[in-house]
Amino acid sequence: MNSYGKGRAVTRSGRGAAVAALRRRVAAIRATKAIDTAMQGAPAPPLTLGVAAIDRILPGGGLARGALHEVLGGHDRAPNGHASNGGGAALAFTAVLAARRAAAVENAGPQDSTGNGQVLWCPARPGLYGPGLAAFGLGPGQLILVHARDDQQRLWAMEEGLKCTGLAMVVGEVGRLDLGQSRRLQLAAEASGVTALLLPRKPALGPDGDSPGLSAGLTRWRITALPSAPTTSAPTTSAPTGGYAGIGAPRCRVELLRCKGGRPGDWLLQWNGDGFSCLPAGEANAAGDGQHGHEHGHEDDGERTETNPLPVAAAMADGPAVPRLAARP
Amino acid sequence: MAGQGQQAGQQAGQRIGAVNGAAAEAGVQAGMMLTDARALLPGLSVQPMAPEEDARALAGLADWCGRYSPWISLDEEAAGQYGICLDVTGCAHLFGGEAAMLDDLSRRLAAFAIQARMAIADSLGAAWATARYGARYGDSTAIVPVGGARAALARLPVAALRLSPAAADALARLGLGRIGELCSLPRGALSARFGREVTDRLDQALGRAPEPLSPRPPRTSFWSRLAFAEPIGHRDHIARAAGQLVAELCAALAREERGARRLELRLYLADGTVQRIAAGLNRASRDPAHLLRLLAEHLPSLEANFGADLMLLMAGQSDPLPAGQDSLDGAAAQICSGDGPGAGPGADLAPLLDRLGNRLGAANVARFASVQSHLPERAVRLVPPLTPAAGAGPGVETTAPWRHMARRPVHLLPRPEPIEAVAEVPDGPPVLFRWRGIAHRVQRGDGPERIAPEWWHDMQAETAAPADLAGETRDYYRIEDSRGQRYWLYRRGLYGGAGGPSPPAWYLHGFFA
Repeated sequence: MNSYGKGRAVTRSGRGAAVAALRRRVAAIRATKAIDTAMQGAPAPPLTLGVAAIDRILPGGGLARGALHEVLGGHDRAPNGHASNGGGAALAFTAVLAARRAAAVENAGPQDSTGNGQVLWCPARPGLYGPGLAAFGLGPGQLILVHARDDQQRLWAMEEGLKCTGLAMVVGEVGRLDLGQSRRLQLAAEASGVTALLLPRKPALGPDGDSPGLSAGLTRWRITALPSAPTTSAPTTSAPTGGYAGIGAPRCRVELLRCKGGRPGDWLLQWNGDGFSCLPAGEANAAGDGQHGHEHGHEDDGERTETNPLPVAAAMADGPAVPRLAARP
Repeated sequence: MAGQGQQAGQQAGQRIGAVNGAAAEAGVQAGMMLTDARALLPGLSVQPMAPEEDARALAGLADWCGRYSPWISLDEEAAGQYGICLDVTGCAHLFGGEAAMLDDLSRRLAAFAIQARMAIADSLGAAWATARYGARYGDSTAIVPVGGARAALARLPVAALRLSPAAADALARLGLGRIGELCSLPRGALSARFGREVTDRLDQALGRAPEPLSPRPPRTSFWSRLAFAEPIGHRDHIARAAGQLVAELCAALAREERGARRLELRLYLADGTVQRIAAGLNRASRDPAHLLRLLAEHLPSLEANFGADLMLLMAGQSDPLPAGQDSLDGAAAQICSGDGPGAGPGADLAPLLDRLGNRLGAANVARFASVQSHLPERAVRLVPPLTPAAGAGPGVETTAPWRHMARRPVHLLPRPEPIEAVAEVPDGPPVLFRWRGIAHRVQRGDGPERIAPEWWHDMQAETAAPADLAGETRDYYRIEDSRGQRYWLYRRGLYGGAGGPSPPAWYLHGFFA
């Protein structure tokens, strides 16, 4: 209150001096910050993705910590306008990043960690499912969920989380984010060194309506699900049934749309249960051979039956005939 | 202390239910026929009884009495005899002694136009007896000196012992009218003749048997209070007073090496109402800055137009918090963590989680815990974020990594959405499904994974999942469409009449990565 009162009391003539004083203070803060970094030696090690091809291209060898990064879901603009999927691939990609960061904090030992690797996740919709996230390395012991009523509360919760150095990461799903809001988050992340991941459901669109607009985030990713790997071996849970092959290891296309101080990129990744592996670009065509098949209301189920014979046992599946006869008097 | 209402008559029975002091002096008593009372006192003003309103008013008055002591109970024992019991142990010095406390109380009650008789004694029973039978309306307060209960009670009638009418009648038939006469009788003879009731009540009144007060708010042992000569209503003043209360409370907590888990701030307003602010903490804390921040969040919602003449802050629940967790200079007091068995994961985040829960609602800050259930919507429960691994409840774990589970989606729809699906054979896997108007052709798929209803849960009709969804066998399929998106579908019910009452139907339940 006092400082506010003082600020109002500054006369027009004294404003120049006040600004100069503020500039000096900013310069002093910058200087101490530089000294801090120098004292700590090397800057904080970046957050790697564990995929050499991607980490190599990122400035510093990984995602910068203490910064804001954005992860967009692919397929978010389905033909009829609304999301066709829950953005599962983007969720999984985020979970992998969060889990890697949490594991890094835990491995750093107790003297470094004050929050032993906790991830604060502010989902926009109910339904984030623990067991599914655990499959990507993010266990329930590392995840704190914050359900906010609206975007405003969610951004507040994220900012509060970003002020807390004990956290490994803050993840937030928001509707639409403007430049000012993202800058606030970026500043909070910079101040504390906590990494922020943002999952905008409707990214701010650029003037052409397609490329996402401005944001203070250092990187922006787009994750799109791709058809899974062909099932060569037969794992226990994915025995081919019916008329099609089983689902293999999940694959996704990872696009680095924007990267401050780096260049964009485009990769195909496959999740192998404990990490991503990078696929050569040729695999995409092999895997994505079904891209054309997005029919609308084309319900022809006859053509597939002859190419895929039914299991023999199905013929016996109907009700037993003999007991019914025997039951008659 | 016994407060009595205005003159009131019971219309249907035409009997007097309660009288005020003036009526009592004129000889009108509760239980009299209304006509008799009118004959006795022609100018008697009669109102119909309103027991519910009386009870509400009494509860409000009991709330208000929280300014004198945090331990309050309503006296429910005698119908028509309303009373409020306060445990003022260790409270009287705040008012300058017991006499000054009673003076203050009677003055304030008189300002509310409430006539009351009140007494302070060593035991609840003695105070009850003295207030109702010892103090008269002209001399409405009485203080029984410490150790003087026996002498004070000796001259009172036996009904002052809170006896049942039957026991009181039996004593009266034997000519035992005064408590003093009872005291001189051998205990054995008394209990042989009247059972344990009389001796028990006598012991309670004389303080020989303990009689704890059943408190209205949960019993609390940490509180601080601040009284104002003039009511304060300005938000800044209230905030400053709250800061002072928090500092006092934290000092009290520090002396006992405890930390608050629940805070309640009460403002006793000049109009006799009470305003409350409550805040919960994930982890015990006695950091003044943190506690004040939690309270300050709700200060703008207070309606203190009339001004508060008293503020109380109490720690409704507290946990042990050893000293030394907060450093001497107080700078690191922000983080009050313990290494005890109660320390859950991320315990150092407690101040942050408190702030989040305080604004968003405590239930909205949570952690996944695994529950032993095959039904996907029941396999996960949300628990408070600092729940220790073992403390979540039977069958609930916060550390289980779900490694044993088959592939599960990253996003599970809170309610499965009905879809249209086409399968080659009635109980086969789908080849095409339509969700929200878009057709998806199935390129790959796994299944079925059959999940049977948990009949042992359905017996208790849980609310977690509607019975129509939980009560039938489901066959789950992992499905990948032509664009590579992966879905979790299931068919509810079975073909061939073996399933449930309704025909099988398809649902979308989740999304994979």
